[in-house]
Amino acid sequence: MIDFNNYNNRNISDDYFYLEVEEPPVRWQDKFKRVVKRTLSGELFVGLWIVFREMIKFDIHTIKYPLEKLPISPRYRALHQIKRLVESGNQACIGCGLCEKICISNCIQIDTKYGSKGRKVVKGYSINLGRCIYCGYCAEVCPELAITHGQDYEHVSEQRAHYATLPDLVTPMDIFKAGKQKPYPGFGSFTPNADNNVKKTPLAY
Amino acid sequence: MESAYIIETIIKVVVILTIFSALAGITTYFERKVLAFMQRRLGPMHVGPYGILQVAADGIKLFTKEDIVPQNAVKPIFKIAPVFAAATAFIAMAGVPFLPEFTLPFTDYVVHPIVADINVGILFVVGVMAVGMYAPLLGGMASHNKWSLLGAARTVIQMLSFEVVTGLSLIAPLMMVGSLSLIDINNYQQDHGWIVWMQPVAFILYLISGYAETNRTPFDLLEHEAEVVTGYATEYSGMRWGLFAIGEYANMFTVAFIASLVFLGGFNPIGIIPGGLAIIMKVSVLIFLFLWVRAAWPHIRPDQLMWLCWKVLMPLAVVNILITGIVLL
Repeated sequence: MIDFNNYNNRNISDDYFYLEVEEPPVRWQDKFKRVVKRTLSGELFVGLWIVFREMIKFDIHTIKYPLEKLPISPRYRALHQIKRLVESGNQACIGCGLCEKICISNCIQIDTKYGSKGRKVVKGYSINLGRCIYCGYCAEVCPELAITHGQDYEHVSEQRAHYATLPDLVTPMDIFKAGKQKPYPGFGSFTPNADNNVKKTPLAY
Repeated sequence: MESAYIIETIIKVVVILTIFSALAGITTYFERKVLAFMQRRLGPMHVGPYGILQVAADGIKLFTKEDIVPQNAVKPIFKIAPVFAAATAFIAMAGVPFLPEFTLPFTDYVVHPIVADINVGILFVVGVMAVGMYAPLLGGMASHNKWSLLGAARTVIQMLSFEVVTGLSLIAPLMMVGSLSLIDINNYQQDHGWIVWMQPVAFILYLISGYAETNRTPFDLLEHEAEVVTGYATEYSGMRWGLFAIGEYANMFTVAFIASLVFLGGFNPIGIIPGGLAIIMKVSVLIFLFLWVRAAWPHIRPDQLMWLCWKVLMPLAVVNILITGIVLL
């Protein structure tokens, strides 16, 4: 319960305190005293000791990048992928066009048509990676968890198009058949503790 | 006798030039490594095992780089200025006895590892190192670049000021020894112990001014990247810039040798350690101190530098001389 008297109190902790800064000396005697005090306080040697200690500990933090890599978060938003349905192997995209609509840099183009059974079929799908800002809205809005962000952040090619058309985005069939399509744990998917986060909502306010 | 002396001197000069040019490169490697370890990095790792061939790679780069002379520069002066830096640094070494005298193996020929044993050795060394001030001055003024000019002005102010402290701090030990020859100073310490125990203030003053004169970190005002790009060397590239760097590192070694010879007992043997090894160890420790200080301490403002020189170090040096004189009387 917020007490309205303390409503503007923004101190998040009682441990904060004001530093006591001494007044700068005015008289020359005091200035001289300060110089002597600072000269003989040995702060310079503290600095020397700290770097020497780090050299002896030899606790090197360098990552030799092409040879060693840091693990990245599952929520990392790298190159897009389109998943296949586990049951049928069809691509999960239903052609709803939400990703195209929400894309704030207008880089997604989706082309659909009516299939033989009267269902919507995705004819073409392309992402202009030169425009994409990797915001992740497309993955978040996708109702089928079809378009997702993968972990592949090292993409080098002669042309951007090598990455961004439908055959490149969809999980290749051989990988899918080998069962190597990973379920998407990242942006837009349910968190493992999603059930605990559900709050009961009253019917009337 | 005469021709043998000339040949011997030429050989010594060539050996000193070769060794210290190479040492300048190797010191850059160690500097990068030590700095990296102190900052929890690895330093150069990819060229050769543990990056040891980085020196060669840097050398090749320096030699093959295009030599650019700015359009409006004063060309002859611009071109000759780096030579001053390297030449004065190496000429200063002519008066420094690097090792104790030794006989050549399998002969009875005695080698004095000093190019010119002059009786005003330390005066010569300090004087020639001071002439090295012309290199940044001329280079900066001839570059036709405001950062070069500012850097040159800062350099000259700094070196001129700290020249005073160097001279005054060296006077006190010289008063005790009564000779300007570095060999005499060295031999004096064989009988009386290291001068640093008798003149600690002078030693600290000399070290501080040595750092200032070689433009090392607490006092590297002339190469503040954030303020004056690289100071007087802004317009230099390739081997001309390399000559400045070689001069700086050679000066570091000269300062370290002078500090060991005048204050730290020189090349007198310590216990079972022979004198030659002793002085090499002392110089290595002093060079390591140069790198250590660079990793640990931030550099200071120009006004603080002037304040330090004229209001603190110079009065201290004068008082030190006075007290030494009174004690000697």
